[in-house]
Amino acid sequence: MSRVIEHRARQYRRTFRASVFSSFGIPALFLAAMGFGLGVYVDRSADSVLAGVSYLQFLAPGLLAATVMQTGSFEASFPILNGLQWSRTFHAMYATPLRPRDVALGNIAWIAARLTLVASIFAVVIVLFGASRSPLIVLAIPVAVLTGLAFATPIMAFTATQRRPDRFATIFRFGVTPLFLFSGTFFPIESLPWFLQPVAWLSPLWHGVVVSRALMLGTIGDAPVLALIHVAILVAIAGAGALLAIRTIDARLEKG
Amino acid sequence: MSGLMTEETGTNPPLIRARGLTKRFADFTAVDGVDFDVARGEAFGFLGPNGAGKTSTMRMIGCTSPISEGELRVLDMDPKRDGPKIRARLGVVPQQDTLDSELTVRENLMIYGRYFGLPREECARRADELLEFVQLTDRGKDLVEPLSGGMKRRLTIARSLINEPDVMLLDEPTTGLDPQARHLVWDRLYRLKQRGVTLVLTTHYMDEAEQLCDRLVVMDKARIVAEGSPRELIDRYSSKEVAEFRFAPGIQETLDGQFDGLADRIERLPDRVLLYADDGDDVVVAARSRGLHPETVLVRRSTLEDVFLRLTGRSLIE
Repeated sequence: MSRVIEHRARQYRRTFRASVFSSFGIPALFLAAMGFGLGVYVDRSADSVLAGVSYLQFLAPGLLAATVMQTGSFEASFPILNGLQWSRTFHAMYATPLRPRDVALGNIAWIAARLTLVASIFAVVIVLFGASRSPLIVLAIPVAVLTGLAFATPIMAFTATQRRPDRFATIFRFGVTPLFLFSGTFFPIESLPWFLQPVAWLSPLWHGVVVSRALMLGTIGDAPVLALIHVAILVAIAGAGALLAIRTIDARLEKG
Repeated sequence: MSGLMTEETGTNPPLIRARGLTKRFADFTAVDGVDFDVARGEAFGFLGPNGAGKTSTMRMIGCTSPISEGELRVLDMDPKRDGPKIRARLGVVPQQDTLDSELTVRENLMIYGRYFGLPREECARRADELLEFVQLTDRGKDLVEPLSGGMKRRLTIARSLINEPDVMLLDEPTTGLDPQARHLVWDRLYRLKQRGVTLVLTTHYMDEAEQLCDRLVVMDKARIVAEGSPRELIDRYSSKEVAEFRFAPGIQETLDGQFDGLADRIERLPDRVLLYADDGDDVVVAARSRGLHPETVLVRRSTLEDVFLRLTGRSLIE
């Protein structure tokens, strides 16, 4: 498994600088535009809605989890299809002592490492913007990574059943993007019509956003058991996705 | 490259042994109960057209495709149980390239060595040695993508040698290469054979099988239809020589019955007539005296192509 990670790391070396740069730049741009720009208007009426929290502070944890989700979703689609279908490098791995489960778990571990980097850089930007109220933001990093994995592992399982990228657009259009918008990232789900609120419960992103927000606002102590349930749900989704990904990647590599 | 040398082992079981080996997919049977043995140090070939079951057989030997039925032993181990252990001692050259185009030529070798658990310094040492062997030393720092098809094949062969394998599995090693590139690959494979590496290869090129294989099986429609050395197969299923007559379009159809008795065996293909005999020139003389005037006449030694035609009634190259 570690050899698979090593392979991905070698590939990554070529795009490392550009990747780190955009990991800094994108969150800074988002926080500046929405937190400062849009926030000015929101904050005029914020006291009643956000209970004394500035919009920037409300937004930052949501964006953190949502950005990591997007990176995780992407990493589980095209790069995985590349290894299975285009460059076929995963088949090359299977011709060595590596097993399909090493390929699956190695890639998941690699994605986890990538997401940790993205989340950490984002957290630094948030602190620089003064958008976190609590040092517990450090714990929001693993929560965001877990959120990303809850998307990455099921998507990876799906990717291993595909030969062409056609359906990725569907996943992003009807899955990732709506969840990005309606999982409490930009506004509390209580603002949604009552019949849509239970739908947010189904979104792994919402669970990640709620916990990240509680950590960064310093309110995690208010409902610690509920936070643990949210985390447990994320662990369950990510774990189930990983088991499924092992199975579909195994089947795909055996098929050739 | 000392690991590539193999010691004398007369009494050991065959490196690969298959009995009733079968591969079934949902809707068809790719390999239907084949038996064969591959001995240490030999070059063993699977000859047959596309879809005959060669690749499926190779993938079962390579422990990347589970067998459906029958018995298969590779390096005296069971692929089902010991897949990773067996694969550790194989060198695989797949039909489709699986090189990583995002890495350089040398990095491709390095990381592949790492998959086998070799230490980095050892990977580096072997990578340099192998680049030398396949004449790619000056391309080591280049990315894979701009390489020609022949260079990629050589790199794939180098990669398959990084673990100093006991057996090389080559699935159509020269398909799609131009003649020069093919000869270079053959030359490298021949050198490996000289060093005692066991080669198992599939091909649909007769000349490749004749050049490289000590022994081969002819596969057709998921079964083995003949087995032997190239020479034995030619002796058994063909004649010493073949006279090929080619007629102007439309003429051949008017010649029914006119070839009878001219040769031991006559094969009429759409574009030419093949006459099998021990002396091809005699056939030509006899045909001319019957008043047959082909546009072109070719007398040649019989090849595996003729064997295949005899065994299956079809030409190997569609």
